[in-house]
Amino acid sequence: MMARLARIVKKRIVSGDGGWAYAFIAVALVVFALFTAYPVIHAFMISFQEYKPLGSTYVGFDNYVHSFEDELFWKSIKNTIVYTALTVPVNLLLSFGVAILILPLKKWLQTSFKAVYYLPAVASGVALSVVWLWIFDPLQSGILNQAAAFFGIGNQNWLGTSATSMFSLVLMAWLSSHGTSIIIYLAALIGIDNSYYEAAELDGASFFQKLSYIVIPFMKPTTLFLLVTGIIGSFQVFQNAYLMTGGGPDNATTMVGLLIFNNAFKYFEFGEASAQALILTVIIAIISFIQFKFLGNDVEY
Amino acid sequence: MALFKRHTNRKSILYIRNGIIIIVLLAFALATLFPIYFMIISSFGDPIEAGAASYTLWPDKFTLASYKFFFDYSEHSYRWLINSFVVAACVTVSNVLFASLAGYAFSKIRFRGRSVLFAVLLCAMMIPYQVTQVPLYILIVNIFQIENTYAALIAPSLVTVYNIFLAKQFISSIPTEIIESAKVEGCSQWKIYAKIILPLSKTVMAVMAILTFMESWNTFFWPFLVTNTMEMQTIQVGLKNFRFANTTYFAPMMAGATISAVPMFILFFSLQKYFLEGVTVGAVKG
Repeated sequence: MMARLARIVKKRIVSGDGGWAYAFIAVALVVFALFTAYPVIHAFMISFQEYKPLGSTYVGFDNYVHSFEDELFWKSIKNTIVYTALTVPVNLLLSFGVAILILPLKKWLQTSFKAVYYLPAVASGVALSVVWLWIFDPLQSGILNQAAAFFGIGNQNWLGTSATSMFSLVLMAWLSSHGTSIIIYLAALIGIDNSYYEAAELDGASFFQKLSYIVIPFMKPTTLFLLVTGIIGSFQVFQNAYLMTGGGPDNATTMVGLLIFNNAFKYFEFGEASAQALILTVIIAIISFIQFKFLGNDVEY
Repeated sequence: MALFKRHTNRKSILYIRNGIIIIVLLAFALATLFPIYFMIISSFGDPIEAGAASYTLWPDKFTLASYKFFFDYSEHSYRWLINSFVVAACVTVSNVLFASLAGYAFSKIRFRGRSVLFAVLLCAMMIPYQVTQVPLYILIVNIFQIENTYAALIAPSLVTVYNIFLAKQFISSIPTEIIESAKVEGCSQWKIYAKIILPLSKTVMAVMAILTFMESWNTFFWPFLVTNTMEMQTIQVGLKNFRFANTTYFAPMMAGATISAVPMFILFFSLQKYFLEGVTVGAVKG
């Protein structure tokens, strides 16, 4: 009798709340539909059009074909790949190394170092780009030129020549975007159970053996997470290139994100910009899929 | 018994090892902090054109003239800070409210279409913002025609999918029995949300609020697209315009950068614990 009553009560609890649930998600759904779902669908439509505010014309696959034939589009993809290949792995290695070094320290030192390394992530991208612009000042008195002179390297026009402009953006990324990954690595490192180390020590394992047989396998899910989010983020990079080099010189730092921005809001080629953005989506999806396929098969979540 | 040897029998080795580690970490910290140090120190210099200025790493003079120069650039420069604050505050409040409501519904209330809807939301997180930027711009500027308004700055980020996901993850970990017994006592869903769920998820909501506020304060791209009058710009857009208008004024530019960054530094140092926690909330148990 009691059990039956309980079941009825429970059933009434579980059902009958649908209305509340829809009310709770209503605003979220409207915002999502209006500002994400509808724009995505609209982007598909625009990508097949020559967009004009009053009456666009349907042009089929022209925007896609044109993008694939455009040398600048390929160059921007190449630049994006170069930038990603130079920044993401180095940042992962740096963060991993720093996290390992922070690990044996006392709690308050750990927290202080975490805070220090995270600080650039708190500053706005515009502020950082303004500062780095002056660090890269091409005059003799520029900070980086002074540092280069110390190592016997001559004056460089860091952002102004194709040879060094990409490197300059990469250097900036190395020194200002590792805070988050250091903290995530450190949290994962602290999560490794001590018993693994104890067992290894009984077998007489050295520091580097422990590192390669315990730590690195345990860090695989974290590394995969940081790698995937890092690459996805890097493929969308636009702000630093826009604010510091404008994509130049000679499009040496024009990345896909910037190219799409320029097509959309400099030349108002909405159709082509949308087509390129959708191509970018496909590229990112393929890369993420490959990473999960090859790195993620023995990762448990 | 850890990754590192404890050196319990020989303390001196332990101290030397930790000393070396700290020196290496400090060197890297110096490289990380250098741009920020350089920015703040230089902002106290004279507002003269850069050709005459040479950079010093030590403050040889202290004047607020460059800050004055930055604010004098436009009669609306104080407005930029107010705009940034208003937008960030609205976005933060609405995100915490609506993301927690939706997170509660998605994690604890059964309703038709729940898993399908949530899957759609998750898929949308994978789409790069370049895809939506053009249609969103058309929607706000051409269709709604709300260029240069707070509504245009705030509306698209009223509630983000990431925050809904964050709230759902946390609220799932609250035991369902608490909610069921509240129901038996005759609590309405709204009461359960306000009296049980919100108080229990205070910490994660604080983390969400701080990260959302910071992101909104620092965002450049969207305000740059939908504002073209000086009085509606945010501090980040204003700083960018100042930089392109006064390319040779070194110290005032640094003053502007400092102004745009310092509110976040203050927030960071006073709420450090939540910031550092927030970084790992979405990642480790993701």
